[in-house]
Amino acid sequence: MSTAPLRVHRLRLSDSARLSTVGLRTRKLRAGLSALGISIGVAAIVAVLGLSSSSQAGLLNELTALGTNLLTVTNGQTLTGQPAELSKAAPGMIARIGPVTEVQYTGALNGVEAYRSPLIPSIETNALSVDASSLNLPETVGTGMAQGVYLNAATATEPVAVLGAAAAQRLGLDRIFPRERIWVGGLWFYVAGILRPAVLTPEIDSSVLIGFPSAEKYLGFDGHPSEIYVRAQTSQIDAVDSVLGPTANPETPNQVDVSQPSIALVAQADAKAALNSLLLGLGAISLLVGAVGVANIMLIGVLERRSEIGLRRALGATKGHIRMQFLSEAIVLAVLGGALGVAAGVLSTAVYASVKGWSVVVPALAWGGGFGIAVLIGAMAGLLPALRAARLSPTEALWAM
Amino acid sequence: MSKAAAVGAPSSPDPNRSCPQGQKPLVLELQAVTKVYASRPPVTALKEVSLSITEGELLGIVGPSGSGKSTLLHLMGTIDRPSTGRVLLTGLDIAALSDRELAVARATRVGFIFQQFFLSEHQSALDNVADGLLYAGIGLRERREAASLALDHVGLGMRLAARPTQLSGGERQRVAIARALAGNPAIVLADEPTGNLDSSTGQYILGLLADLHAAGVTIAVITHDKNIADRMPRRVELLDGCIVADSGQAPGTGRLLPVGGQR
Repeated sequence: MSTAPLRVHRLRLSDSARLSTVGLRTRKLRAGLSALGISIGVAAIVAVLGLSSSSQAGLLNELTALGTNLLTVTNGQTLTGQPAELSKAAPGMIARIGPVTEVQYTGALNGVEAYRSPLIPSIETNALSVDASSLNLPETVGTGMAQGVYLNAATATEPVAVLGAAAAQRLGLDRIFPRERIWVGGLWFYVAGILRPAVLTPEIDSSVLIGFPSAEKYLGFDGHPSEIYVRAQTSQIDAVDSVLGPTANPETPNQVDVSQPSIALVAQADAKAALNSLLLGLGAISLLVGAVGVANIMLIGVLERRSEIGLRRALGATKGHIRMQFLSEAIVLAVLGGALGVAAGVLSTAVYASVKGWSVVVPALAWGGGFGIAVLIGAMAGLLPALRAARLSPTEALWAM
Repeated sequence: MSKAAAVGAPSSPDPNRSCPQGQKPLVLELQAVTKVYASRPPVTALKEVSLSITEGELLGIVGPSGSGKSTLLHLMGTIDRPSTGRVLLTGLDIAALSDRELAVARATRVGFIFQQFFLSEHQSALDNVADGLLYAGIGLRERREAASLALDHVGLGMRLAARPTQLSGGERQRVAIARALAGNPAIVLADEPTGNLDSSTGQYILGLLADLHAAGVTIAVITHDKNIADRMPRRVELLDGCIVADSGQAPGTGRLLPVGGQR
């Protein structure tokens, strides 16, 4: 018989690990179902965070491809609220700023409307604008031709137009046939091409673009630019930004608006992420429901396993041993659910992102946090059942059946 | 029973325990133990019960239901504490031990055999027995070695991998007995060990307990069945929380008496 001193033994880690899965191994279906709630919650959170990060990453990639070094100079307003006028020399002066690499410009033809044909009622303007354009505009704003060709030195002097992506859609044109014409300012203009969407400069999408010479010749345009598109060396973009106003309009620099379209788009992407808080809330609720499910299943388990608890106490388990067994069982259950949820969330993010052509980005906060929350929930859900199991008196547990 | 001798034989006697010359040491001692349950009205389950069990004894504790058998078993097995009086397990006063120390005392010094066996259906016979040593601070390999040895001694050496569901009732109780023996406890407490078995299997189990006793294991069998108690070398009768008869330790071999045997 043993006469060794009564030293309390901590269970070995391998024994604890085995004990913590006893209930799960013997009641697999039930364990699986109760872990499902946590899985769904974690999957929702991981997927929401992953998708928003991936979509942001996609947008930022697109922006990087388009370049963040585009600045636009717009005619502002005079003190009396009238549209201010940029001088015809402004593009040339801007081009002489050292770090500026490209300058293109458009001039709005106010009061000139474009229609599919003269038969369209004049009120149906489709919110299209007619602008005169310099000849290398698409390259500078980061777009290109979807159909046909852009204006060149020859076509710029003739009644020839190029349509922005949205303008073409609204006019009902999706490809260019020879001799295709539209009705601009009371004249037929031949359509030479259709642009791809211009992400950085959406105002060009709804424009009908014609050459400066033809605008002056056929539509009585005064030739003043209203919007100047400037590409500069990326490292010098802030310096260029600060001198653009005075350069474009030395007399009244405050009548010039300078903006960097990529910044606006980044802000837009961030704003989109804010919408996700709603979906995150839904994920949190599902986690809560999952936690209640785990707590419930553990409590039932304690009742069902009274004789096991009593036996273990008779075999020499302390209250602490019983408490740890049930607590770790709940944590293992939640962690399994959490792992499943992270996997499902990452998978759905990967599938959606690859369909959209984004790179798959699952922030560490999403999967790490999802996992951590699962552990925490398991610990909280398992606490009450574990305390109950430990409090059960061995005599009651063994003989009250 | 040389096989049982190997597992059941007590290790060297406790040098710390004082015992008179030539007399076997006391394994369990109850001194004027009273147990009152604080229900309404309070129930006195045991009244001033004194009982001494020496090493190597086989005794039957018999009484009708309500006589305090279960309470006595709880107190003897140290899973409950007396209201008044002292319980000494291998000389240790359990009143002086914390709950944690008491758990260790149970893990290392007491073996339980239950009427309902309490085996885990999802584990092999070997692991069921090995789990009996889980809380004694022994590694898995040593636990399995001791379990394999103990199962060998109860005649189940060939069925180590069998699940309890694949075993007969008698075999299951033998697994439970092996679990109680695996840790080499100072005393084995058997609570109605034949209660769930048919009579011939019950006889076999009693024979097994007698063999273990012959090999030196101290065993107390708690039962309501007078026929079983009558066959024990020492018989303690319990009625209304008091010991009304104690045959004392039988002289001689203390072998199990034949069925219906009279002293």
